[in-house]
Amino acid sequence: MQKELWKGNEAIAEAAVRAGCDAYFGYPITPQNEIPEYMSRRMQEENRVFVQAESELAAINMVYGAAAAGMRAMTSSSSPGISLKQEGISYLIGAELPAVIVNMMRGGPGLGTIQPSQSDYFQATRSPGHGDGHMIVLAPSGIQEAVDLMQDSFDLADRWRTPVMMLADGMIGQMMEPIAWKQRPAAPAVDKPWATTGQGERGHTNFVTSLRLDSVDNEAFNEALQQKYADIGRQKTRYEEVDCEDAELILVAFGTTARIALSAARKLRQEGIRAGLFRPITLWPFPTLALQQVAGRPNVRAVLTVEMSAGQMVEDVRLALCGAKPVHFFGRTGGMIPEPAQVAQEIRRILKEEQA
Amino acid sequence: MSAHLFPPAGHRLYVIVGPYGSGKTEVAINLALRLAAQGRHPALADLDIVNPYFRSREKADLLEAAGVRVIAPSPATAAADLPALPAAVWQAIMGEDLTGVLDVGGDRNGARVLAGFAQQIEAQRPAVWYVLNRARPDNRSPQQALRSLREVEAYANLRVNGILSNSHLLHETTADLVRDGAAFAQEVAHLANLPIVCHAFPQALADELHDLQPQLPLTLYMNRPWETS
Repeated sequence: MQKELWKGNEAIAEAAVRAGCDAYFGYPITPQNEIPEYMSRRMQEENRVFVQAESELAAINMVYGAAAAGMRAMTSSSSPGISLKQEGISYLIGAELPAVIVNMMRGGPGLGTIQPSQSDYFQATRSPGHGDGHMIVLAPSGIQEAVDLMQDSFDLADRWRTPVMMLADGMIGQMMEPIAWKQRPAAPAVDKPWATTGQGERGHTNFVTSLRLDSVDNEAFNEALQQKYADIGRQKTRYEEVDCEDAELILVAFGTTARIALSAARKLRQEGIRAGLFRPITLWPFPTLALQQVAGRPNVRAVLTVEMSAGQMVEDVRLALCGAKPVHFFGRTGGMIPEPAQVAQEIRRILKEEQA
Repeated sequence: MSAHLFPPAGHRLYVIVGPYGSGKTEVAINLALRLAAQGRHPALADLDIVNPYFRSREKADLLEAAGVRVIAPSPATAAADLPALPAAVWQAIMGEDLTGVLDVGGDRNGARVLAGFAQQIEAQRPAVWYVLNRARPDNRSPQQALRSLREVEAYANLRVNGILSNSHLLHETTADLVRDGAAFAQEVAHLANLPIVCHAFPQALADELHDLQPQLPLTLYMNRPWETS
């Protein structure tokens, strides 16, 4: 298969088309503008739906409508725009609708900057919008992986009737990388007997809503939702582990930051310092058990979490390790990117400190 | 042709256009550095108003130190994605005591910025070079590549007068890929009735590709954060 050089945003859009996305709704914001731009052309070619909505709020509610009608629907935005979509995401969760949301993160808070960031980790993984909800959150570290995860995103959304977020920093959207388009077998078609596709011979009207006025009903729904989350957590965590077997320090990082961390680890190997990388690919559910096993090995003296934030994923790392190993943090904020040399220096400092 | 003869004397303005991912910025930076080495006082103008990241203005310190004047948006708007250009762009286009290099944004939208300067650019009898990367999805056939070239010309209101073959997959570029790309560029050049002005490829492949002439071996400057030390 001949590789091609693709820009991240365009590759993600094309991957969505190939994954059978029926309808795209969006609104422009840097650094993800190439997604709606690409979709505006490609979806028309495929005779599918593209709408540039009047706002992010409108776009996410159009996703709700299309998903309720059984379509594979998606939207994309960047941090401030994703904030606007929070209400709609909560409604998608409350109505158990499958949908795919891409967040090409930029530095906040507020309008912030158009430069890359990972500071929407809390927003994505805790409880998007209001209520006791979750969505599956996938974090690619390169464009090939982003392309591969788009297919999975739609499949997981349908399989679990849940929104799925691809959480990437702006660099993934803006950079170019060689990719190979893989011929993948289509996922088994998911039956959607709940979809509002017309009564037909069903004998009753389907009604998709997140409104459950009776608290007894609503608690039963919440309990079922939590059961679903427990099932997803048991089956769906993904991570990558590099050079951890003999590591005295484990770096934990996701997305492009993981590549920066790995670059630092490789550099330190030449100095005889053994650092390994643990990279969560599912941020929710977080790969807690796997991290416990990797960091629990007797050779591991310390853990360092690296993020483009003031320290968000590091909370999940601390929760996973429950004090079993010292957990340190290094981050850059506001659109600044950590440099491999800075990470390496931090590792040297920590190992010296742990020795003392 | 030995390295110091490219680019040949004769032009005082180089306009580098082409689709996203063709490698315009690396070509423009390397070209400017060569012009500096030739004592031709280059001024590199970053006219990229479509990309928010990976723009030549990020390499301003390195370029200035090597004798390349960098003309980029003022610090107030440098980190924004605003279609605002500094007045000094006129110096790159018309300045008599320097050699201008215009690094233009990708595709037709990037090229659109040139239209406002087209008359003055044309008056300089410039080199307008179209950077061609066979590995980009919009270059799956020579006909498709020619359509993109014509579109860029229409939006820029300028005629391309040379094709710069630069087929690459960033750090996965091989000599075979460069040669395939050169053959592809030849087909496009034939269809467009244009010359191939040179072959660009990563410096590391220079020995294997010594027969591709004229050539512009590239030092890659726009590294991603994990590729720096």
